[in-house]
Amino acid sequence: MASSVAAAETAPIAHTDTPEAVVVRFAGDSGDGMQLTGGQFTLSTALAGNDLATFPDFPAEIRAPQGTLFGVSAFQINFGSTDVSTAGDAPDVLVAMNPAALKTNVQALKPGGLIIADTGEFTKRNLEKAKYDSNPIEDGSLAKWDLLAFDISALTLEAVKPFGLGNKEALRCKNMWTLGLALWMFDRDRQPIVDWLKGKFAKNEIVANANIAALNAGHAYGETAEVGSHFKKLHLDPVPHTPGLYRTITGADAIALGLVAGAQLAGLPMFFGGYPITPASAILHNLAKMKEFGVTTFQAEDEIAAICSAIGASYAGHLGVTSSSGPGIALKGEAMGLAIMTELPLVIVNSQRGGPSTGLPTKTEQSDLYQAIYGRNGDAPLPVIAASTPADAFECAIEACRIAVQFMTPVMLLTDGYIGNAAEPWKVPDPKEFDPFPTTFLTEPNGPDGELLPFKRDARGVRPWIKPGTPGLMHRIGGIEKAIDTGNLDYAPATHQAQTDARKAKVDGVANAVPPQGVSLGNTSGKLAVVGWGSTFGPIHQAVRRARAKGQDVSHIHVRHVWPLPRNLGELLKGFDKVLVPEMNTGQFKTVLRDQFLVDAKPLNKVSGQPFTIAEIEAAIEEQLA
Amino acid sequence: MNEMTAIQTTLKDWESDQEVRWCPGCGDYAILKAVQRTLPDIGADPATTVFVSGIGCSSRFPYYLESYGFHTIHGRAPAFATGIKLSNPELDVWLITGDGDGMSIGGNHTMHVIRRNLDCQIMLFNNEIYGLTKGQYSPTSRVGTHSPSTPLGSVDRPALPCAFALGAGGRFIARAYDVSKDLPEVLKAAHAHKGAAFVEIFQNCIVYNKDRFDDFTAKANAAANQIWLKDGEPLLFNKGTQGLAMDRDLCGLKVVDVVDGDWEAAGVTVHDVKNRALAHMLVELPFGPFPMALGVIYDDPRPTYDEALLGQDAKAREGKVADLGKLLAKGQTWTVGE
Repeated sequence: MASSVAAAETAPIAHTDTPEAVVVRFAGDSGDGMQLTGGQFTLSTALAGNDLATFPDFPAEIRAPQGTLFGVSAFQINFGSTDVSTAGDAPDVLVAMNPAALKTNVQALKPGGLIIADTGEFTKRNLEKAKYDSNPIEDGSLAKWDLLAFDISALTLEAVKPFGLGNKEALRCKNMWTLGLALWMFDRDRQPIVDWLKGKFAKNEIVANANIAALNAGHAYGETAEVGSHFKKLHLDPVPHTPGLYRTITGADAIALGLVAGAQLAGLPMFFGGYPITPASAILHNLAKMKEFGVTTFQAEDEIAAICSAIGASYAGHLGVTSSSGPGIALKGEAMGLAIMTELPLVIVNSQRGGPSTGLPTKTEQSDLYQAIYGRNGDAPLPVIAASTPADAFECAIEACRIAVQFMTPVMLLTDGYIGNAAEPWKVPDPKEFDPFPTTFLTEPNGPDGELLPFKRDARGVRPWIKPGTPGLMHRIGGIEKAIDTGNLDYAPATHQAQTDARKAKVDGVANAVPPQGVSLGNTSGKLAVVGWGSTFGPIHQAVRRARAKGQDVSHIHVRHVWPLPRNLGELLKGFDKVLVPEMNTGQFKTVLRDQFLVDAKPLNKVSGQPFTIAEIEAAIEEQLA
Repeated sequence: MNEMTAIQTTLKDWESDQEVRWCPGCGDYAILKAVQRTLPDIGADPATTVFVSGIGCSSRFPYYLESYGFHTIHGRAPAFATGIKLSNPELDVWLITGDGDGMSIGGNHTMHVIRRNLDCQIMLFNNEIYGLTKGQYSPTSRVGTHSPSTPLGSVDRPALPCAFALGAGGRFIARAYDVSKDLPEVLKAAHAHKGAAFVEIFQNCIVYNKDRFDDFTAKANAAANQIWLKDGEPLLFNKGTQGLAMDRDLCGLKVVDVVDGDWEAAGVTVHDVKNRALAHMLVELPFGPFPMALGVIYDDPRPTYDEALLGQDAKAREGKVADLGKLLAKGQTWTVGE
């Protein structure tokens, strides 16, 4: 999504005329169902035709102790009547279901923004758990915001009374009550949510009806004049999108779909070897439901077995795929070397998270770039592709499959926790839009005298793919250095030199098979290029747009093929006086660019586990141009 | 094991053009020959036979066989084999590993490939030492093994590969040794078993652990110290003068003397390859007081992982059309008009 929301992101919504975009954050205890609420609000937003971007932010603990600061789960959505490409810097509305949610989120709220708080949860005990000395609802400490505090808990209990649920079960409907109020605020149709609840609780009609009643009660609460003085109903017009069929998509969905599409375009069955790890598991879960597309999924005993099984599958003629996050990718390193050495296709998806070690499992970071490009023993090059948005992840996954099979090489696809979990509207592509890249297997000996040469390279340096089971083509492969063409064990000095050079040349040559680097926004030369990769796309794009609107000479370049780099990138960068590289790490891509092109790239780094805000990048642009 | 059309080959057909690079006199030569002798007998097809190995002396094995071969990384051969078999169940997959590769760095994968019951043959060459890294003690080395890494003698108890495999849920457990004339028979039985068939092969490392198994493999010691197990036959050894009988008080086996061949009078137990309790006793028999149990210890197949998983997948695909366009448009969608 690529245009401005500049005007909208500076003004609070309460008491003002209809803005172009609004940022709402739902925050509550991890047991309050905030992700569910956010997800359904996202759906209703999409159905209303608004553009949107979301940012789920949840704790690493599955059931953190109730009411604690570290147990707060939040879901932010930015939606508008113009294009939206980030989850928004600061929320206009904060829904705080308990004191801990208020405490951990209120500082992000825009001055003058609206707080909706459930007073039913602001008990002495919960205030203590949130480390409040006094009740912020009563002590005036929230004065710079607009506060709407009322007992959502009690209102929910009242609404679901007729269904005879226990107190605990009844209170679980709170999130639907809150969603009902939010739907009223933004003039949304309740019916899709009602349908969804009926489906979700198909086996428990009472619970379904109680949730629907809570939803309706929340909506009615907004409708009645009781809250009218605090805010008014807002209607954001639909964004004029390209005509077509749309759905919302998260990065994890997009990658699974892209891998399936990629395997289909290659004409290959897919084998996915995975091991559970946050935030990568969703890809395994998604693919496990797509068997009819020739997908086999295997939950291995560990990360190493996951990649090794995928390599075994590629050896046997499937498209082998594995996926993990940084710690798991580290474990897979040796096996990647084997796939490089035996020159077998493989797609490795890394859903990056904060590191090192266990780090921040549920938070986002881009700090595995060095690991992706350089992180193996020996001279072990492989192509690396980085997805920039949830929708872009679909095309990147196809691209990873294409390069893997066309170049007989492992390919790493980088995504991150933000892209994986975030949702955005997606124009459903027609599979026919993509060019197939059918695979061929060797079926006859390929040597001049009728002998088999498993490592005979073609003009691009690529060896043939030979499936076991093919009569007459028996041969052995392995991780030991091998002779040219025959692949027989050979670690003579000249052989290792030649094969190392050949492996490098092959991967370098991938740059000939990818599109030249374009400019996402702005000109192909000028004062400043802001160069990004991966999930920083949204904030960089918006920041550059705002800067350009102010008349600043700045362009946005976003690199998908981070290794090997597009052939024209060096020249492109040399057309700018300055190069700024915002990254959610301590400057990894900046160093790669400096190394590859001798450009004086400047870093802008953030490793707080949170995405960049537009304002942060805007400020850095100002500084560079000052 | 694999259902396949038997094809005619000879030992020569299974020799690759690669020069064998083991130390002269290594037990691996004998195992290679035994395998090359076995494969024609079972009607194996070189085109559908895949040997997968890890790292170590034993793992060089696939290079010397004229079949498909994959020399992978240390300890991980079972994971590669799993991917290969799940991708093409028609392939006959053999796994070659050693005591370091399979019991130490790859112990986890050995456990899981057996637990899952992937249809393959697992040959673990046990020489009780690290050969390729020049002689360090291994997880199967006996207490007190002097090696470059244990100059004062090792202090940790050795792992028992067959007990490990049985404990992991193994449905076929067998033992043999490199120069045994019966090794091909054991390999044939392993191949005939549908599922993960685990065979421990004692192998003489003539450089770092020379004659380690002489206590039972040397000609003079063989009769008294080897017991070859045969399904339905009494557990006799030492030319039929001794046998193994149940000691009911100790819930275990005991050595009994057999007079005039009357093993029934001596209470000698009859071997039953489907008796899991007996298998547990046989794999745990302490050598010394007892002979080394060799041959097929346990053989009781159950459904394999590859059949179960691929069968489930096939069922999930039944009646479904792989329509990518429909998949992409799944879930709640909306249309933006012209």
